[in-house]
Amino acid sequence: MAEKQSTRIAYGEALKKLGAVDQKVLACDADLAHATMSAYFADEYPDRFYNFGIAEADMMAASAGLAQCGYTVFANTFAIFGAGRAFEQVRNAICYTNANVKVACSHAGPSCGEDGGSHQAVEDISLMRTLPNMTVLVPADAVEMEKAVFAAAKFNGPCYIRTGRLPTDICTTAETPFEIGKANVLREGTDAAIIACGIMVPQALLAAEALAAKGLSVKIIDMHTIKPLDEEAVKAAAATGAVVTAEEHSIIGGLGSAVAEVLAESACGVPFERVGIKDRFGQSGKPAALFEEYGLTDKAITEAVLRVLAKK
Amino acid sequence: MEQNLEQFARTVRNDVMDMLFAAQSGHPGGSLSCVEILTALYNGVMRIDPKNPHWGERDRFVLSKGHACPTLYAVLAEKGYFPKEELKNLRQLHSMLQGHPDMNKCPGVDASTGSLGQGMSMGLGFALAGKRPGNDFRVFVVTGDGESQEGIIWEAAMAAAHYKLDNLTVLLDHNGLQIDGSNDQVMSLGDIVAKYKAFGWETVVVDGHDIAAITAAASAPNTSGKPRFICCNTVKGKGVSFMENQVGWHGKPINQEQYEAAKRELEV
Repeated sequence: MAEKQSTRIAYGEALKKLGAVDQKVLACDADLAHATMSAYFADEYPDRFYNFGIAEADMMAASAGLAQCGYTVFANTFAIFGAGRAFEQVRNAICYTNANVKVACSHAGPSCGEDGGSHQAVEDISLMRTLPNMTVLVPADAVEMEKAVFAAAKFNGPCYIRTGRLPTDICTTAETPFEIGKANVLREGTDAAIIACGIMVPQALLAAEALAAKGLSVKIIDMHTIKPLDEEAVKAAAATGAVVTAEEHSIIGGLGSAVAEVLAESACGVPFERVGIKDRFGQSGKPAALFEEYGLTDKAITEAVLRVLAKK
Repeated sequence: MEQNLEQFARTVRNDVMDMLFAAQSGHPGGSLSCVEILTALYNGVMRIDPKNPHWGERDRFVLSKGHACPTLYAVLAEKGYFPKEELKNLRQLHSMLQGHPDMNKCPGVDASTGSLGQGMSMGLGFALAGKRPGNDFRVFVVTGDGESQEGIIWEAAMAAAHYKLDNLTVLLDHNGLQIDGSNDQVMSLGDIVAKYKAFGWETVVVDGHDIAAITAAASAPNTSGKPRFICCNTVKGKGVSFMENQVGWHGKPINQEQYEAAKRELEV
């Protein structure tokens, strides 16, 4: 896991590649093309790119209109604006009509750093997964991001793709499969399981290393699709007897909640803990300092695993 | 022809009354004010094929003030998009005629609307698509005046001028009233025609109950490079005397006595 790359750069490059093979792909942005990296597409295919200015609500509903005329539209902005400010346009114009719009949002979570709490969406996954017709993807790294972009373009319907600004460890390979709704087991284990998404996946792998040094065998699941959730993968995780989730998001409503729903309904009764942001807003700071402050580290995951193991 | 369209409008008003009375809910005032606007658009202005509602090159219609859908449904049924007997199912469980238009349920509905302002932006998206290589269609959006208080209306107005969408026409059903009172009591629109003009639109003002005037304004070729705004001055509740210009008739069930009185007026 030596190499680092941000998922937003991988997203931008993937979108440009997709544009080369599919003329029906259009991209929209709201004056953030050089931050979401839709600029790579815009520079290559200016006639297939629409900038809506700083008007996310208009962009989302207009993207739905474009999509309803036969195009595959990638609508780009920050997560706080795409999932937050324009929530109702995403709901009514995109999801209610089942429009072929992929809402791709960067700068989610504390990893966007210095911009602070006003910009660090910690509730976007929660908001997006409540919407009927919506698929929610949170790729673990740059390699997985490219596969996610192509997979999202392959089906007709709404999709939320979460990208990140911070260069993070690459933890999957070109050979790692990617199927929407099918989690990837990145490491087998029998004592406990960590289900993670996004940039917490490489952190979970580090935690598994640390736990292995203590003689513990921990399974790592890359839950790149939050919705539809791979319930079988969750049940398989529960079979280890202890489960921890890890996400760069509020513990309310995101991956942790989605997994908790499955665990509760399957009545498996396994010890369970959610690593994530504990019902707080973010703040300014260096990403590494913010990860410490909000408990989004490999160490925090390791400790959570030890706690659930103690309850086994 | 003109007389036929007057009759068409009268039939639509009768259908609207029948539907709203049967549903015992819905929005009479704003449905009645836009009857002539939709009558004009669907009878000579728009390029449509009711037998082929998904025809790729059709002109698109967006009822951005989606609560006026009884009028849209009556017009679509009259044009043959679906059988008229469907009209009695307005607002009923599993009906194609939802309380606000649903493009995936009702043939002929191009955009699901109801959340005010969003139809304007969906229409903008259609118009952008209409200008893409291989496409050549126009887009007609009907907005409300209360709806014009939504910020997204002006986001879309700015974008339409920026992208020089002269294939986009917005017709404002300017009846002057909204739920809580008149526009001026609730939130003044100021000079809305001047506002659109300032946003870079071509603007026209017509009597919104004059089918010929609406037809002329909406059919005039537009190669100006500017989107077109047609301010249709209308009367809320038009055609039913006790509903005309009455704030209270925005969204109120019609009782038996009122229904019979309305039908007597409309059958003349």
